[in-house]
Amino acid sequence: MSESISRRKFLCIAAGCAAAASVAGCSDITHTSFFRHNFRDMTPDELKKIIADLEREHSATFGKQVLVGVDPPMDGVSFAYALDISRCIGCRRCVYGCVGENNQSRDPQIQWIRVLEMNKEKGIDFQEANPYYDAEEVPRPGHFYLPMACQQCENPACVKSCPVGATWREKDGIVVVDYDWCLGCRCCLSACPYGARRFNWGKPTLPAEEMNPDTHYLGNRPRPKGVVEKCTFCIQRTRRGKYPKCVEVCPTGSRKFGNILDPESEIRYILEHKRVVVLKNELNTHPRFYYFF
Amino acid sequence: MAYGPGITWGDVGKRLPVRAAAALAGAILCLGLSAGGATAQEAPPRHTVPVDSMVFETPPPPFRDPDIFPCSQCHNADMPPNLQRRQLVDMHDDIVLKHDEEHRWCLDCHDAQNRDRLHLANGTLIPFEQSYKLCGQCHGDKYRDWRAGVHGRRTGEWNGKKQYLLCVHCHYSHEPKFKGLKPLAPPIPPGRKP
Ligand code: SF4
Ligand code: SF4
Repeated sequence: MSESISRRKFLCIAAGCAAAASVAGCSDITHTSFFRHNFRDMTPDELKKIIADLEREHSATFGKQVLVGVDPPMDGVSFAYALDISRCIGCRRCVYGCVGENNQSRDPQIQWIRVLEMNKEKGIDFQEANPYYDAEEVPRPGHFYLPMACQQCENPACVKSCPVGATWREKDGIVVVDYDWCLGCRCCLSACPYGARRFNWGKPTLPAEEMNPDTHYLGNRPRPKGVVEKCTFCIQRTRRGKYPKCVEVCPTGSRKFGNILDPESEIRYILEHKRVVVLKNELNTHPRFYYFF
Repeated sequence: MAYGPGITWGDVGKRLPVRAAAALAGAILCLGLSAGGATAQEAPPRHTVPVDSMVFETPPPPFRDPDIFPCSQCHNADMPPNLQRRQLVDMHDDIVLKHDEEHRWCLDCHDAQNRDRLHLANGTLIPFEQSYKLCGQCHGDKYRDWRAGVHGRRTGEWNGKKQYLLCVHCHYSHEPKFKGLKPLAPPIPPGRKP
């Protein structure tokens, strides 16, 4: 990729000038995050070295064995998600299950899932939606709940808006971010019609004892300040056959996940038997996140 | 008993041809509705009806008092079953049935002869581990979705082994409406500190 080479060369020269007299030459610092290649352009050797570095660094920071996986998409698998809006009660168990699983910053607070409270009389209406509801007990009378996270669009606006190719759609349908390639320009934040992306405005804080050491390079590995992140369908779990965390913690069983290419999957059953809606259909983003009732 | 606007079971019987009426009576039995107006038929002998072959692995049934099972600890030969529909006062008076209580009572689901089992409307005995078959008699649409993995919570693998829950893990059998929960903390609005 000529773009990546030129950036790398440029940075090497710049760093070379700055560090001319210092002990570290350019070749020694290429594996620090600033000089990594885009994930898609890495050679296997380069990737191995980077994984080793990352695991060492995070294990030291969090005082436990941290693993950084790079599981590739499975053949014949394309993921989709479905959520039963007639069953969701808005309890936010999914939100905090996700925060814990995916190592989201506690302060500043980052939450990939946002549960919107809507008025039954108004239907799905984002103008009326309230994410800040609180109550002794949910569901509150007259309301229904619509949890939102990345819709893993087949035609993602975020990917098109990124000037450096730091975010892309994988073969299994997961839209991912390379945190070391992300510039922090936030073009994708404004391009996404679903408000699904989050920016690390401050240095993320993550209590060591709550840190999930089972991570994926394109998923829940700890992020630096100044990069964008979002839901990845729990890439570290789902590429190993497990359900996403939110599916497992939802007490009402509203959340369903599976392979849309498998005719026996739960997702296919829903698409074939239930009333299904996608959000902002008119934008031609083709979400892989279906709401049903 | 009313069936649709202005039609009673008596009327249905009078208006329908014999075969349809018989089919209807059969349907009533199958659905496990109380057989108010239907002809009292001899229940088929127990254990002769083939049980639905689909069996799902679930965690053990959630008995509220873990020592209460097996029921035959008390309901044994010394305690002849009282088949009279009544309000329980000596025991189990903590159970308040809020589940079509107008039409049903204990022995519609619990078996009078074998208290360690439940029975289906056709008399088949089933263990408490398979109570979903009992629920499925009336809630057929939910049972179908549950079997497909669409109703109820699943854990495990999307492409492999899944753990199912029994209906009664989320819906207490005697009062099945799902209880509300206290929501976890709302997000912090931008610009505010926790
Ligand atoms: S955990 Fe389930 S019921 Fe609770 S808010 Fe999330 S989707 Fe809705
Ligand atoms: S929901 Fe937003 S962030 Fe997710 S793929 Fe679609 S455009 Fe991109």
